[in-house]
Amino acid sequence: MDMNSSLQKGQTARQADEQAGPQELPGDYSIDETTIEEKISIATPRQLMWWKFRKHRVAVASLFVLAVFYVVGFIGAEFFSPYDPNAFSAAYKFVPPMGISFIDAEGNFSLNPGVFRVESERDPNTLREIWTTDYSTWYPIHFFVEGVPYKLFGLFETNIHLFGLGEEAEGMPIFLLGSDRLGRDMVSRVLYGARISLSIGLVSVFLSLFLGILLGGVSGYYGGWIDNVIQRVIEFIRSIPSLPLWMALSAALPPEWPQEMRYFGITIILSVIGWTGLGRQVRGRFLALRNEDFVLAARLGGARDMRIILRHMVPSFMSHIIASLTLSIPGVILAETALSFLGLGLRQPVISWGVLLQEAQNIRTVALSPWLMLPGLAVVITVLAFNFLGDGLRDAADPFSR
Amino acid sequence: MLQFIIRRLIYAVATMFAISVVSFVIIQLPPGDFLTSYAASLAQQGDAIAPEQLEALREAYGLGQPIYIQYLKWISGVLRGDFGQSMEWRAPVSSLIWDRMGFTVMISASTILFVWAFAIPVGVYSATKQYSIGDYFFTFLGFLGLAIPNFMLALVLMWIGFSVFGQNVGGLFSPEFENAPWSLAKFLDMLSHLWIPLLVIGTAGTAGLIRTMRANMLDEINQPYVETARAKGLKEGRLIWKYPVRVALNPFVSTVGYALPELVSGVIIVAVVLNLPTVGPLLLRSLLSQDMFLAGAIVLLISIMTVIGTLLSDILLAWLDPRIRLD
Repeated sequence: MDMNSSLQKGQTARQADEQAGPQELPGDYSIDETTIEEKISIATPRQLMWWKFRKHRVAVASLFVLAVFYVVGFIGAEFFSPYDPNAFSAAYKFVPPMGISFIDAEGNFSLNPGVFRVESERDPNTLREIWTTDYSTWYPIHFFVEGVPYKLFGLFETNIHLFGLGEEAEGMPIFLLGSDRLGRDMVSRVLYGARISLSIGLVSVFLSLFLGILLGGVSGYYGGWIDNVIQRVIEFIRSIPSLPLWMALSAALPPEWPQEMRYFGITIILSVIGWTGLGRQVRGRFLALRNEDFVLAARLGGARDMRIILRHMVPSFMSHIIASLTLSIPGVILAETALSFLGLGLRQPVISWGVLLQEAQNIRTVALSPWLMLPGLAVVITVLAFNFLGDGLRDAADPFSR
Repeated sequence: MLQFIIRRLIYAVATMFAISVVSFVIIQLPPGDFLTSYAASLAQQGDAIAPEQLEALREAYGLGQPIYIQYLKWISGVLRGDFGQSMEWRAPVSSLIWDRMGFTVMISASTILFVWAFAIPVGVYSATKQYSIGDYFFTFLGFLGLAIPNFMLALVLMWIGFSVFGQNVGGLFSPEFENAPWSLAKFLDMLSHLWIPLLVIGTAGTAGLIRTMRANMLDEINQPYVETARAKGLKEGRLIWKYPVRVALNPFVSTVGYALPELVSGVIIVAVVLNLPTVGPLLLRSLLSQDMFLAGAIVLLISIMTVIGTLLSDILLAWLDPRIRLD
């Protein structure tokens, strides 16, 4: 409902006129048949899309999941993560994830969750550190604890973190997702990694969109030899495997580049090869619309090409483009993860999910500390959510069908 | 038909030319020419190269001459089977890649067969039993297969293999067969290792193809000709496989052209994780050490292999569906 009202706010006065009268919220199914039909007949395309989208339950759930991911990882990683992602503690390497328990050491139920103490000992034969849980010592989790100072939203100086352990823990850190080979907290690292992994998908897809609309638009609008050339280029790019190309191009990024440059370099490499799908879509839409009457009318009215494209054609297929845009984000996220996993993409100290998975590259680590694969779960959930969301958007993009 | 094949062949050759240009650009990408870094890496190992020898190499590769002459020298070497020198291995590139290329082709081809053998029946099943539990199950599996990165699945399988069965599931051969000459025992040993890469690489491709096959089948299954055949009393199983499946296969074959590049990408990254003797790990290593002639040759061969595969699938499609030839 919240989104619904904000959606209405964004509409123009003309659209608001059209839906004058009924003050009930749209999609309120308690009203009788005739009003529903009236509502549908006077609803704006945007409203129809929203209603149709809302029927796709999985897509709505995915939207929610993604919103949580972006808020937690993107905006509030500093607040939600208990520690600095690069802070290491030599005494706590490879600690397995600590289970949250509502039952304390005495067996009493407590509303405040807590964790049990972990102790390390050495295997006498292999000299490997083994972590055991000491079920007689229980520490409650404290909320809104003071920790490393940071700037919330890059603005407010503060040192409050969502959760952590108190004084009674005697310096034991809390590792809800375990710790890595340097004793760094995986929760903090996954949250900070979300910032890079989730943003690279968006940035790169917008670059692809720019290329796709520009080249696909030129190709579809003008046709002729230029269409032929662009189509051959698209076919060529699509006919060769992209991963080896991505690998070769990112390996060629100068190693002395600072990390931000590298980030943008990778983004550009991903979109230079990834724009073809969108380019095809846009071209197809342009071809279909080019002969429509309203385009002809605009042309006869003396509108220039740029105006016809931007004011008349683009708005009519924007919803389709947004849907396919959403569907192409997962590919970018997977590609970045794969590249960073191979050591050719982003590198330490930058944290992305792919960089984190690099730690789980050899069989020994995987066998002994499987929790290092958890960032992969984050990737899978994100990709699934984007796929479902895109599916829902694609259905909603054409609200007049059935 | 012949005309169609010739047209596709010309097109494939043009694509291969473009691929060779891209590969050459990749070789040229790192700053400085490779001989300078070659000499530097030799000097680092206390192994100086004589100035005359350096000059001879410079001449052989046409360094210092215009870029198109360098390209011509390189490509004419490639056509004769000479891909240049590998800096890191100090050996001709061609001596390093051919048996690895063989395994790459073998794994890719068997993955395609595996994917087809799985995707076609499952797609048919999902369409004929639409909205059944099985249909939902495979749909869910398909989405999952699309969302799980290949290498992640390989890692998880390795972890399961290690913690449940207590063995390393990587590689293509057991240690005792690693360097043994080919024999029946070695072949059987390979088959027992092969299913993991097939499964891992296959999942992503299968997911998409099941969806395609299902959608094609749903388009066909309500056509009047199916109804007619059913009315004439043809048995359901025979009916499905004899009529709608054959029609639904045509668009399916055409998607293989797009599935192949993706599949080859999958083969590369999975091979790195599972440590398979394909070109994947070699490509990664050569890129990390900037051994560009080797890297360029691998990119070139892998892309050409993909183009040939696509060409074959196009010809297969034209053979299956005469309408394509007249296009």
